[in-house]
Amino acid sequence: MKQISGAIFLALLCVFPLFAGDFYINLASQILIAAIFAMSLNLLVGYGGLTSLGHASFLGFAAYASAWFTTQMGLGVGTAAVASIVATMVMAGLFGMIALRATGLGFLMITLALSQVLWGLAYRWVAVTNGDNGMSGLARPAPFGISLDSGANYYWFTLVVFVVAYWLMAIFVSSAFGSALRGTRDQARRMSALGHEVWMIRWITFIYAGFWGAVSGLLYVYYTKYIHPSSLSITASAEGLLSVIAGGSGTLGGPLVGSALLIILKNYASAYVERWNMLLGFVFLFIVLVLPEGIVPGLKRIFSRRQGGQS
Amino acid sequence: MSATIAALEIINLNKFFGGLPATQNVNLQVMPGERRLIIGPNGAGKTTLFNQITGDFLPSSGQIKLFGSDITRMKPHERAHLGLSRTYQIITLFSKDTLVHNVTLGLLGLSPARWNLFKPLDHYQEMEVEARRVLGLVGLGSMADRLVSEIAYGQKRRVEIAMAMAQKPKLLLLDEPLAGLSAEERTTIKELIAAIPKETTLVMIEHDMDTALDLAETVTLLHYGKVIVDGQRDAVIADEKTREVYLGH
Repeated sequence: MKQISGAIFLALLCVFPLFAGDFYINLASQILIAAIFAMSLNLLVGYGGLTSLGHASFLGFAAYASAWFTTQMGLGVGTAAVASIVATMVMAGLFGMIALRATGLGFLMITLALSQVLWGLAYRWVAVTNGDNGMSGLARPAPFGISLDSGANYYWFTLVVFVVAYWLMAIFVSSAFGSALRGTRDQARRMSALGHEVWMIRWITFIYAGFWGAVSGLLYVYYTKYIHPSSLSITASAEGLLSVIAGGSGTLGGPLVGSALLIILKNYASAYVERWNMLLGFVFLFIVLVLPEGIVPGLKRIFSRRQGGQS
Repeated sequence: MSATIAALEIINLNKFFGGLPATQNVNLQVMPGERRLIIGPNGAGKTTLFNQITGDFLPSSGQIKLFGSDITRMKPHERAHLGLSRTYQIITLFSKDTLVHNVTLGLLGLSPARWNLFKPLDHYQEMEVEARRVLGLVGLGSMADRLVSEIAYGQKRRVEIAMAMAQKPKLLLLDEPLAGLSAEERTTIKELIAAIPKETTLVMIEHDMDTALDLAETVTLLHYGKVIVDGQRDAVIADEKTREVYLGH
C-alpha cells in the first residue's frame, strides 16, 4: 500500500511539467531543492538528535565554491561540482570537529557561530565573493548534452537528484550505521558502553549531511544562476530547521512536506499577502500547537486514531 | 595461582569529586570465572567504582587492568571491545525500539557492520537470529518484537541482562540487577545470573543480600569508598567489621 502510493506520487511528480505552467514548475523545483537541504539537516536533527542552526553553511559554501571554480578558475561545471562537493565535505569535517565537542545547546551555538563566520566572509571578502553584489552569470550543467535551461528540463534533473537523495538517505537511516546513530540520539552513554564510537558516528553523520547539503547547494546555484551572501544567513539555516520540525523531524517524508509548505507560503502567498512573513509565523505556530510532533507524524496519529475508532 | 592473570585488577584507585573522596585506595583482584559481589551501604562508592571500570569516569589516580592490559585511560567503547560489558542500575534501554532491536544494537557494537551506511540493519540475518536466541535465553523470546516501552519493569531488567550477555563479555558488571523487583521476579533473574557461563567473570553490586549472597563466591565490602573486608563469602559475612558496617549490629 505504501509502495503503491509512493509510486503514484512519483509518477505524478514525473508528469507534473506536462500540465503545469512555468511558475508552478519552478516552484516545484525550488521545493525539491529545499527538500534535499531539509532532508540532509534532518539526518542530524531527527536521527542524530543534533540540532544545527548552521546548515546553510553547506548549501552556501558549495554554491559559492561552484561559482568560484567556474568563473574564476575556469573549470567546467561538472568538474566544479565534484570539487565543490569535496571541498564542502572537508569543511564539514573541520566544522564537525569543532561543533561536536558539544551536544544540545552548545552544538547549536557553535554551528550558528561557524555559519556566521562564513556569512561574514561572503559579505566582506569581496575579491573572492563579490560581496553584497553576489556572483552572477553562472551556467547550468548540460548532462549528456541535454540543455537544462528550460524550467521543465531543470525540474526533471532536480527530480532525478531528489529521488536518488531520498533513496540513499532512506537506506542510510535504516542501515546498520543509521541504527547506531539513532541509538546515540536516545542513549549515548549506553551506546559507548556497548562498543559504539559515539563521537565518530556523529562526525561521519555530520560529513554525510554536509555532502547532501552541498548537493542541494549546487542544485540551488544552478537554479538561480546567482549566489548571494543571504544563502549563508541564519535565516536560510532557520528555514531549513523550520521545515524539518514542521514536517516532522526523524521521518523521511517530513522534510519534504515542511519544505513544500515553506516554499509555497514564501512564493505563492507573498503574491497575495503583503505581510507573508507574518502568515508564515502563524502557520508554523498553528503546526506547533496542533501537531507538535510535525505534520507527517501528526497526521499519521490522527488518521490511525480515526481508523481505530471506526473498527 | 600467580600464573593466572586476573580478569580485573584494581591498583591503588582514587577518585575525588572536588574534595570529596568517592574511591579511596581501592585494591581489588577478581580472577577469571569468579563471581564477585560488591556490597556496602548507600553512598559507599559502589557505582562510582563501576563507572571507573567502564570508563564513564576517569579515576584521579591509580590503575585498572582488564586481563592484564591497562585500561585506566581508555574510552568506554574501547573497553567494550576488550570484552567488558555492563548493565545499569537505572534501566538504560532504547524504549522506542523493539526488544530484538535493543539486543541487536549490543551485537552491532562489536561488529564491523556498524560502519555500513548502505546496508539495512535487518539484512543482517545472523545478528537478528542471535538476538532472538539470547532473548529466548532470558525468557523473552515470544516478546522479541514488542517495544521496550510496552513491557513490564521486571522484563526490562531481563532485557538489560540480555543486551550484555549477547556480547559474550569476558567480564560482566551487573549494577543492582535485582533492584525494584518482586520476590518472584528476583528468583527468575537470580536463576538467569546463575546460568551465565563460567567464561564470563561476574562482578555484581547488589543490595538484596539474601538473594545475592547465593550467587557470590567472593565478597567485597565497600564503605566510604574504601575496601573494608574482601575475601571468601562466608569469611566476609562472619567478619566483625561487616556486621559493624553493613548489618548494623
